[in-house]
Amino acid sequence: MPPEAAKPVVSRGWRGRRSTDVDPARIPPGQYVTRDFPVLSAGPTPHTSLELWDFSIIVELDSPRRWTWEEFRALPSEEITRDIHCVNKWSKLDTVWRGVSVDTLLEGIETAADFVIQYSDGGYTTNLPLEDVTGGKAWVVFSYDGQPLAPEHGGPARMLVPQHYFWKSAKWVRGLLLQSADEPGFWETNGYHNYGEPWQEQRYAGD
Amino acid sequence: MAGTALRGRLTWQLAELVEAVAETPRVKTIVFDVPGWPGHRAGQHVDVRLTAEDGYQAERSYSIASAPVGTRVALTVQRLEDGEVSPYLTDELRPGDKIELRGPIGGYFVWEPSQGGPLMLVAGGSGIVPLMAMIRTPAAAGDDTETRLLYSSRSQDDVIYRDELERLSGNGLTVVHALTESQPPGWTSYARRVDAEMLAEVSPSPAERPRFYACGPTPFVEAVAESLVRLGHDTQAIKTERFGATGR
Repeated sequence: MPPEAAKPVVSRGWRGRRSTDVDPARIPPGQYVTRDFPVLSAGPTPHTSLELWDFSIIVELDSPRRWTWEEFRALPSEEITRDIHCVNKWSKLDTVWRGVSVDTLLEGIETAADFVIQYSDGGYTTNLPLEDVTGGKAWVVFSYDGQPLAPEHGGPARMLVPQHYFWKSAKWVRGLLLQSADEPGFWETNGYHNYGEPWQEQRYAGD
Repeated sequence: MAGTALRGRLTWQLAELVEAVAETPRVKTIVFDVPGWPGHRAGQHVDVRLTAEDGYQAERSYSIASAPVGTRVALTVQRLEDGEVSPYLTDELRPGDKIELRGPIGGYFVWEPSQGGPLMLVAGGSGIVPLMAMIRTPAAAGDDTETRLLYSSRSQDDVIYRDELERLSGNGLTVVHALTESQPPGWTSYARRVDAEMLAEVSPSPAERPRFYACGPTPFVEAVAESLVRLGHDTQAIKTERFGATGR
């Protein structure tokens, strides 16, 4: 690789447009604020009927814990307002979701696992250390902005892990696999960072 | 397979504009020379970074339009009227100007000749750009791989790469246009939005196991992908890239 430019080169005549109504301290490096809700998916949007939907926690050497849609919706849920950051550069502030905390789903589960894989309809997976989805850091959400979550945004239910780039919040999530070994997921094996922390700008492998 | 585990960090590199070509009134191709460019695969994108005098920066992602050859990297950029970056790239940048970019990025929405075909490409508007990189790969437009492109534009004037697509047609490449809003006199091809019937007519059959790449605005890609699934194509063979919002 050639040496990296020692310092950023000024783009002749470009001034940029700084947001005046947004606290810059809320915007991670390289991100811009959008009011839209862009969609990024690698394949067709799956459509699983609620009768066939279920959610599982799969733990090594133990029988899985499983909820039907009805059972899942009967779990205590909460409203979550967070900023979200997509690796494709947009950030969206104060997004409002409703969902079940991963802490609630893991209640009473004994595990020595250090890692979690979110897996989804359509075959998508994404990996994180277990400690990054526990302690009030992650939810399985089923509504956005007061409405049922639209299929193209991951409905009926998706993960919300707002401290990471949004590909770490799997759409169409169907379960969590707890395991002792880290195992890179879909984008993590396709050039993207294994951890994906926006404030460190961990976009791509090697960042 | 796009193994990346051992790859080093993608560093920002200086890219010098060598050529700018107007494709349509709103779309321009900007060609950069990037010394030491490591090469790319058709379908990948780059991050572009602009820096103002006071150090303020903005980054955006753009698909690579050029075939993976040499150190030239072509981006085709649609000017967004209220854009922070695209109007600068399309209207202000002059040959000799330098910007920073890093890449190539993305290991899924890519095609290499070794993956074979038949290839079925479905483009909506500027969604043609990453697909054009595939078409420009000699093997895709030659006799080795059967490639079909179904390309939806609003009008003939909005068709990006129109002449080049016409030139490359024949051999292994079939190009079918759909013009959704206005058609020139004597237009005999499709004059409506892409739908399941059109996809069935243009695509190879499911038995031929085509590889699909669909790129365009979100509602366009949603509709195309759903139609292909309904037509019986393997969901794992349908790769999509969407841009823009759903309005929610």
